[in-house]
Amino acid sequence: MIRRSLMAISTFAQTVVLTAVPVVAFQPPPGQDGFVPAKNLAQTESIPAAPLLVTAYAFIWIAAIFYLWTIWRRLNKVEADIRALERTAKRTAP
Amino acid sequence: MKQAFMPLLVVAAGMFAYAPVMIARGDYEASMGIVSKILYFHAPSGMVMLLSAMVCGVASALYLWRRDRRADRVAIAAAELTALFGLIVIVTGPLWARKAWGIWWDWEPRLTMSFVGWLIALSYLFVRKYAGPGSDKLAAALAVFGAVNVPFIYVSVNIWRTLHPKTTVVPTLPPGMRGPFWYCALTLFLLYLLLMTARVHLERQRAALDDLYLAHED
Repeated sequence: MIRRSLMAISTFAQTVVLTAVPVVAFQPPPGQDGFVPAKNLAQTESIPAAPLLVTAYAFIWIAAIFYLWTIWRRLNKVEADIRALERTAKRTAP
Repeated sequence: MKQAFMPLLVVAAGMFAYAPVMIARGDYEASMGIVSKILYFHAPSGMVMLLSAMVCGVASALYLWRRDRRADRVAIAAAELTALFGLIVIVTGPLWARKAWGIWWDWEPRLTMSFVGWLIALSYLFVRKYAGPGSDKLAAALAVFGAVNVPFIYVSVNIWRTLHPKTTVVPTLPPGMRGPFWYCALTLFLLYLLLMTARVHLERQRAALDDLYLAHED
């Protein structure tokens, strides 16, 4: 008799727990107490576009100008070497 | 070309200076917002990179076939410009992707193959610089593979549908975007032509210097 009563109580308790958990879990959110203006909202994750755009264009300008400068520098060096060699050749010519 | 170089350089500089005005006036894509204006230089840089890789490959094939030193000079200049414009594509693309896709990089076919194309151009330059005698032929063979990669880079977005926009985007640009896009493309193609001319001239001068050294030693 006692054993049967304990079984009944245990089954009832398990049923309550198993049904209560989903019921509590799927409760709708509490109702709003008031509206929050959009300008007062917390900053959500957003990536600013302007710095990315400016970085991209700045990089293109810098890369193009830097490359042009390297060509100019290398060309100056080679032409200086040519002139130096031509001078040496003239001096040593018989 | 020698006489036209300086006037064309002034024109290119003027076009570059006016480009931000054109871009500011141009429309941007609805879902991506203002960051999509990176398109105006990113896509033309990609087009120039692919063109340059093709020029490098064809010139290298000519060099391997006919041992034409002029073709070799064009090839080395084109390889350097492939590396330069490839770098621009690889830097500006992720800046756009960060906002549009939420990630800097994705190993999807277009990005991966473009990266491989850029690495081939860098390999060409490293081989030319450090591989010693015979490096010109080895590098030329590399450049031919680089050129073979170009059509695959182009069609990759149509074969494998991934994050990157398809090739149909550029021909179907709306009028508000078409003008600035082709203006920037023309500016970059002109810049490419000028840089190519200057770089080939540098190689010609280097060859002249080598000849002088040889003559001086004799």
